[in-house]
Amino acid sequence: MDTTENTSSPVKKSGSSFTGRLANFFAEMAKINAFIFRFFKEAFMPPYEIKEVMRQVFETGVRSFTLITLTGFIVGFIFTKQSRPSLASFGATSWLPSLVSIAILRALAPLVTALIASGKVGSSIGAELGSMRVTEQIDAMEVSGTKPFKYLVCTRVLATTIAIPILATYTAFIALVGGYLNVATNEGTSYRAYMEAVFEPITFLDFESSIIKSIVFGFTIGIVGCYQGYFSNKGTEGVGKAANGAVVTAMFLVFIEEMIIVQLTGWFR
Amino acid sequence: MEISKSHIDYKNPVITIRGLYKSFGDMAVLRGIDLDLYQGENLVVLGRSGTGKSVLIKIISGLLRADAGKVNVLGYDMNTIPDEELQELRIRIGFSFQASALYDSMTVRKNLEFPLVRNKKGMTRKEIDMATESVLDAVGLLHTINQMPVELSGGQRKRVGIARTLILNPEIMLYDEPTAGLDPITCIEINDLINEVQERYHTSSIIITHDLTCAKSTGDRVAMLMDGQFQRVGTFDEVFKTDDERIKPFFDYKFV
Repeated sequence: MDTTENTSSPVKKSGSSFTGRLANFFAEMAKINAFIFRFFKEAFMPPYEIKEVMRQVFETGVRSFTLITLTGFIVGFIFTKQSRPSLASFGATSWLPSLVSIAILRALAPLVTALIASGKVGSSIGAELGSMRVTEQIDAMEVSGTKPFKYLVCTRVLATTIAIPILATYTAFIALVGGYLNVATNEGTSYRAYMEAVFEPITFLDFESSIIKSIVFGFTIGIVGCYQGYFSNKGTEGVGKAANGAVVTAMFLVFIEEMIIVQLTGWFR
Repeated sequence: MEISKSHIDYKNPVITIRGLYKSFGDMAVLRGIDLDLYQGENLVVLGRSGTGKSVLIKIISGLLRADAGKVNVLGYDMNTIPDEELQELRIRIGFSFQASALYDSMTVRKNLEFPLVRNKKGMTRKEIDMATESVLDAVGLLHTINQMPVELSGGQRKRVGIARTLILNPEIMLYDEPTAGLDPITCIEINDLINEVQERYHTSSIIITHDLTCAKSTGDRVAMLMDGQFQRVGTFDEVFKTDDERIKPFFDYKFV
């Protein structure tokens, strides 16, 4: 039976002993797995909430757009500036565009986008669903037979999974623009020469791994935000905890995933 | 308001509960509840705060599970009902929440349309508009159709919450503290609305309250919930006339 009690009741605490905490940890893991499994089970079964997914994609993009533009530009500019002295000591400043493009595409753009989105989008999802749980809006959907998991969770997770790769690509572009401004100011490199140097070392694997990484990050941000909000404890304090938990957990997982994906893609180079 | 009982079909219980137990951790909330709700009846469950009244209707609606006991709603055993059938059953049960639980990101119109378009497939735009406007008119709030929930008063929110459940034509209505937090005049209006809903939509209802005015004006029967069990069940006067020292203080109340 798909009841709110099934989905919202916190895992029973088994005491403060080591075994108790271990039992709680595994119970929580089982609950998270069940949540993810339920997402895959419901997201790709009709009826599809395409309109709501598109709305959420738009919301995700709008929420992060300004901050990502600013952050992406600064990251590209600063990274280029900080890398120059090291290359200059070898007389290799002409390699700066190649270094910047590899660093931005392979690591910085997806990572910066994911971290910004964790803060802006993840916290927003956690707080929104947490607030809906507290005010019984999720229960109201449940009792009217409208499948709140599909409408609230599946749409938001799909939206972040779609939006983050798009935002990461945009971040990469803006960061390269930031890098160009620095290079043009210091080395007087033309835009065309800079862009040729930027794309010269880039392989399809770089682009591919960057997109896959962004998809994984997007899914993580969405699922963590939804999990925290959907299982928020009753009360306003729970809403705050859900928002905070969404940010902290998503950021932590993004770094872990970054490390794993870098190792995996390293095998294919 | 004196209520005629001719509309109640005592041969046809829509909800049957036997030996219901529910606890949260070490705290036993419901300890052996037996209950029948008959077709067309308004049953008021009275009790002090924290006695498990809301837990009872959440079990009936499938939001919570019973620890033990039989809960039969419209012929479905709530302990064993599969997901798909539970979804279908929920359309036949209306649930009015204590705090209304309106979707605060949607207008009143969207609030009402939301359950309708997801449960009644193939409706045209015109049919959806007609259904929405009709049910909103029934609760006297057609003029609020394009407002956001935050712009409504407490009483209006309750009415819209009730309208949102009525749009699916439920057979059973569950009201969780329908008059809580409202001024006396609005309470009377909500009580009248509950009776109107019963007459107009032929619903059977469970009304959870600790408001005696609400209990007296809406209940065909009253069930007094104390210590996890129904201590007395009957008409308001039958329940009221008791020497039970645990119940008498509850009725030491001056009606307006």
